[in-house]
Amino acid sequence: MQAQVKQRALPGNESVLRLIWQEPLGRAGLLGVTLIVILAVLAPLISPFDVAKMHPKAKLAAPSFVYLFGTDHFGRDVFSRIIHGARVSLVVGIVSVSISAGFGYIFGMIAGFFEGKTESVILMIMDVIFAFPSILLALFIVSALGTSIVNTMIAIGIVNIPVFTRTVRASVKSVKSMDYIKNARSVGLKPAVILFKHITPNVLAPFTVQATLALSGAVLTEASMSFLGLGIQPPNPSWGSMLSDARKYMEIAPWLVIFPALFIILTILSFNVLGDALRDVLDPKLKL
Amino acid sequence: MRDYILKRLLMLIPVLLGISLSVFLIMQLVPGDVVSGILGIEQTPELRVMWEKKLGLDQPVHMQYLNWMGNVLRGNFGESFRTGAPVFPEIISRFQITAELAVLASFTALFIALPLGIISALKRNQPIDKGVRVAALMGVSVPSFASATLLILFLSKAFGYFTPVKYVSFLQSPGTNLEIMVLPAFILGASMAGSLMRMTRSSILEVMRQDFIKAVRAKGATERITIFRHALKNGSIPIITLVGMQMGSLLGGTVVIEQIFSIPGLGQYVLTGISQRDYPVVQGGVLFIAFVYVIINLLVDILYTYVDPRIQYT
Repeated sequence: MQAQVKQRALPGNESVLRLIWQEPLGRAGLLGVTLIVILAVLAPLISPFDVAKMHPKAKLAAPSFVYLFGTDHFGRDVFSRIIHGARVSLVVGIVSVSISAGFGYIFGMIAGFFEGKTESVILMIMDVIFAFPSILLALFIVSALGTSIVNTMIAIGIVNIPVFTRTVRASVKSVKSMDYIKNARSVGLKPAVILFKHITPNVLAPFTVQATLALSGAVLTEASMSFLGLGIQPPNPSWGSMLSDARKYMEIAPWLVIFPALFIILTILSFNVLGDALRDVLDPKLKL
Repeated sequence: MRDYILKRLLMLIPVLLGISLSVFLIMQLVPGDVVSGILGIEQTPELRVMWEKKLGLDQPVHMQYLNWMGNVLRGNFGESFRTGAPVFPEIISRFQITAELAVLASFTALFIALPLGIISALKRNQPIDKGVRVAALMGVSVPSFASATLLILFLSKAFGYFTPVKYVSFLQSPGTNLEIMVLPAFILGASMAGSLMRMTRSSILEVMRQDFIKAVRAKGATERITIFRHALKNGSIPIITLVGMQMGSLLGGTVVIEQIFSIPGLGQYVLTGISQRDYPVVQGGVLFIAFVYVIINLLVDILYTYVDPRIQYT
């Protein structure tokens, strides 16, 4: 019954948001993501200090009204670095997911629609990418291309292409045999028109869910790479590298560890919760 | 069955070739050339030519690939630029450490996830189910390096406990080895347990809806027998798949945890290779990990037939 109600309410974006809002977890995810996005967008306006500004007299200062989250070993304000870090995390996440989603969409469409040899070749390439543990492949690509923010995005982007390809391919296959597509073919529509105009709308739901979940994965991979020193390079602040630098001082300055860790967890958790809620709303069949 | 395994092994060949080719090609992207990296400031044209010849870099790219593959197939992964030691034996000895960690982590994950996932499914939408689902979400969302760092901080602050820094193998001293491994295995296991719990829950819910469960109940089976002998067995395929995939990804995915706990595993070996630009190490390590991952997936597929004899491969 519930599923039927939800399915009927599907069309508008507004109702999707409303349905997510109705679930407590969905609401929490939406709030968390909104908070991180606001912090990231408004970072230059709300950060009290410059991210690179050192305050030699206030090295490793504990959290106070001046330095909300304390300062690090150079006397840099942790709060300012964290909200700028949100910016870096989100930009890396969004760009890399766009890379994976874009290529995944194209490959998935082609593989699902044309089948045969084309499909086998595409799937084999995806299997090859899939055979590498994601963090290792990302590190490997970055080590070959050189460490930089752009290369980090490319590396994470490549790693996630197979997930999107598989999602899109599966949806295309399930839609393809439906009558309206057969009709579209029989009236002589070109494959490109069928793909973009008639199949794409049906692929969008799983695609959006996948993108939200992939975003949390991308943020996690970036943080892990930066933690290992092979992701975002200084002076750009990154939560991963902040956490890694802080380990040396964590006995005397635990706030250096606690705040970046909390923000990484909050971001990934929010995107995962939102992704789950989105899946429940867009694809009620999967809700158990 | 034997035919199926043979067929699958044959199908592995293009994938493995693809893997080796992509590893080789990505290494070609490395900026600057390898010889300058080795020689540094001692570079002279004569030395350069000598090294290029020694490394086979004077040959065309496709020949370089074939030479490299020929060596790899004979178990020769080359020598480390830094230490001069052959890469393959080192990979094998490091692999044992990582494999121990991966197995311990997987057991921890199963130990946490199976009971909680089953309880969660049986008490669906009750407070305990909601609690388990939130815990699973945390498991999925908390990066292992963040939880590891926070846990180390907590243990040292609250109990003054520090993890052993120097790695000791299980054969040297089982007690110390397990003391080193227990925390990293727990952290990796807990984060694996998150998705495993969700999978167990949805899998059991799916099975419990089916008619044969009603039949089992109708014949008067106890709840325990219904769940463990019938529901769990039938719902275990997706769980096994996930454990297999997770174990495979742990082989390279433990790199961060190995770094934090100073465990000299395969991940750390490759990471050190990356930061020292020691290409034979990186190339060999990545190739080996991808190879093992593919084999684990094959083993998982074969395992299906034992769990569910209805699955027959032809």
